[in-house]
Amino acid sequence: MSIPDLSRFQFSGGENAAPIADLSSLPEEDKRHLVLAGIDVADTNVSGAFMQLNHADVHCDTRREGLELMDIRAALKKYDGLPRHYWNLLSPDKDDVTRLAHEHCNGGYFVRVKKGVKLTEPVQSCMFIKHSGAGQAVHNIVIVEEGAELHMLGGCSTSHGARDAAHLGITEYYVEKGGKLTFTMIHNWGSSTTVLPRSAGTVAAGGQFQNNYILLNPVGSLQMYPSMNLDGEGAVARFNSVIVAPTGSYVDSGNRINLNAPHTRGEIISRTLTTGGTIINRGFIGANATPVKGHLECKGLIIGNGRMHAIPELDSCRDGVELSHEAAVGKIAQEEIEYLMARGLDEDEAASTIVRGFLNVDIMGLPAPLQRAMQEQIDTLNAGGGM
Amino acid sequence: MLEIRDLHVSVQGTPVLRGINLTIEAGETFILFGPNGSGKTTLLMTLMGFSGYTVTRGSIIFKGHDITHAPMWERARLGIGMSFQRPPTIHGLPTGKMVELCGRGREMDIQAMAKKVHFDKFLDRDVNAGFSGGEIKRSELLQLMAQQPGLLLFDEPESGVDLENMALVGHTVRDLLDGMPEGCNATLRERARKRSTSGLIITHTGHILQYVTADRGQVMYHGKLCCEDKPRRILDHIANHGYQECLRCLAGDSYGKIVEAPLA
Repeated sequence: MSIPDLSRFQFSGGENAAPIADLSSLPEEDKRHLVLAGIDVADTNVSGAFMQLNHADVHCDTRREGLELMDIRAALKKYDGLPRHYWNLLSPDKDDVTRLAHEHCNGGYFVRVKKGVKLTEPVQSCMFIKHSGAGQAVHNIVIVEEGAELHMLGGCSTSHGARDAAHLGITEYYVEKGGKLTFTMIHNWGSSTTVLPRSAGTVAAGGQFQNNYILLNPVGSLQMYPSMNLDGEGAVARFNSVIVAPTGSYVDSGNRINLNAPHTRGEIISRTLTTGGTIINRGFIGANATPVKGHLECKGLIIGNGRMHAIPELDSCRDGVELSHEAAVGKIAQEEIEYLMARGLDEDEAASTIVRGFLNVDIMGLPAPLQRAMQEQIDTLNAGGGM
Repeated sequence: MLEIRDLHVSVQGTPVLRGINLTIEAGETFILFGPNGSGKTTLLMTLMGFSGYTVTRGSIIFKGHDITHAPMWERARLGIGMSFQRPPTIHGLPTGKMVELCGRGREMDIQAMAKKVHFDKFLDRDVNAGFSGGEIKRSELLQLMAQQPGLLLFDEPESGVDLENMALVGHTVRDLLDGMPEGCNATLRERARKRSTSGLIITHTGHILQYVTADRGQVMYHGKLCCEDKPRRILDHIANHGYQECLRCLAGDSYGKIVEAPLA
C-alpha cells in the first residue's frame, strides 16, 4: 500500500472556529452533505453528538448519564495524556499517516460509556471538511467499559466547495469485558478527497464489536485496514461493508481480525461494486488460539470498466481452528437476470433489482431513518444509470 | 392461446427439438410426458425465451403475437408464467418484495396470498435462500399467483415435494388454472367459462393429474411429439410398457434404423 504525498495539506489553522450550538442551523448545502453521510442534523434520538469542522471542535453535546464525550485535546488535558489509551494500540511509527497524525493531531473525539451503562440511542459524530487543501488529522478514542453498550454513528463528509482535502483518522477502540460496541461509519467524501483512516481495537472476554461501513459516493483515494484483536475468551467481531466506486474513485479497503483467545469468533462480509473505479478488497483473519471460528466473505461486482482486486487471507498455525473464506468477482449472473425477466421485469429493471439486493444494508441493523436514507441513496445510484 | 409451428431448437449447436407442432386452447391444460433428455424442458425454456435455446426453424404464436424471438420480459407481460425447478437465490431481495414485483403494480393482499401457500412466515427471507424443495415450489406458486399468467408452464410440479406439500401444490395449480378456488360455489358451466388460463405441465409421476383437469397429453421422444391421448391413459400405458411403444410408433417402417440412433 503506497501512501500518497501528504505534504501539500494544511494541518493547522481555524482551531478556534465558533461553536455551532444547533446543527440544524448549518447552511442547507452542508446539511445535505451531512445527511448523505448519515448525520441526523435535527439531532434527535441521539445520546450525544460531536462535530468537528476542519480543525475545530464546533459541537459537543452529551445527554445521557454515564456517557462521556469530548474533544480529544480536552480529554488529553483532563486525563493526563490518556496513557492507557492514547497511541496504545497503534504506533506513531507505523507509517507516514500515523506519523503525520501524531505530529499534527488537530481534533477527534474521546467517547467513553461507563461500566454497565447501556445506551439505546446512538452517539453521532461528524467529521466535516469545508476548506480546500485542509488536512484533518483526528484521533478518536472509543471506550466501552465492562458490560456497557454503545452504538456510535460516524459520518464523514466534505462540503461541496472543498477541493483536494485530506482526512487522516486514527481510531482506537477498547471494548472491555462483556461490552458491546457497534460502530457505523458512513463516508460521503468528495471526488478529490484523500482519506486515510488507521484504526485498531481490542475486545476483552465476552465483548462484541460490530463495524458497519458504507461508502456510496465518490472519493478521491481511500485507504484503510482496521484491525481488531479479540483478546478475551468468547469475544466476537463482525465487519460489514458496502462499497461503491464510480469512475475516479480509488478504494483500498480491508478488515483484519486476530482471534487471540479461545472461543473467539470473527466474521468479515463485504459487498463491493465498481462502476468504473478501482476497489482493492482485503480481508484477513488470523487465528492464534483454539477453538476459534472465522469466516471471510468478499463479493465484488463489476459493472462497466472498473477494477476489482479481492485479497482474502486466512492465517494460522494452530491445529483445530476453523477458518473459511468465500471470494467472488464477477458480473450480475445471467441466471438471476432471466429469473426476474421471466416475471416481467425488463433487463434494466432486473439488473438494478439485483444490484439493490447485493448492496443490502439490512444486515447492519441501522436505526430506521438511517436505513431509509441509505436505501434511498442506493436507489438513486441505480436510477442514475450508473449500472 | 398458444400455437407452436414446426419448431426446431438447438442448444449449443446440438438440435434438441426437431419439428414440434402443438396448439393449446384458452383454458386447456396440456400434459407433456417423455423420458429424460427427450426435450420437454427445452420446449418450456424455449417458450419462456431463455438464452441458450436457439430457434432454428418454426414459430411460436401466443395470443396472436409472434413471440418466437421476443425477449423474456415481453413474453411474461403478455401472460406466460413459468414455475422454475431450480431458481437462483437473489440475495437482498425478500420474497415478499419479489411477489410485489411479479404483480407489476397490481393491487394485492400479499400476506393473504402467502397464507394460502403457507408462506406468510417466509416473506422476509431472501428469495430462494436456503429454501427446501417444497418451499421453492410454494414460493414459485406465490409469485405466479401475483403474476396471474394466461399460460402456466410447470416443469415437474411433484419433484422434491413431500406428499403433504404435493396436495398443496396440486390444489394451488388447480386454482391458478381454474381462476377460482376449488371450493367456490360455481356451476360446471360457469367454471368452464371462467377458465381461461392454459397450462403446459411436464410430469413423470403423474401425481399432478390427481388435482388438475388435464384435457390432452402427448409424449415427447427424441425431440418430437407423438402419441396424443388422454393424459391418464398415456400415464397408464407408460407405466405398463415404458417408452418402448413410442419408439415403435415414431419409427414406423424404419424401426431398425432409429434404435441405432442416439436416444439422448
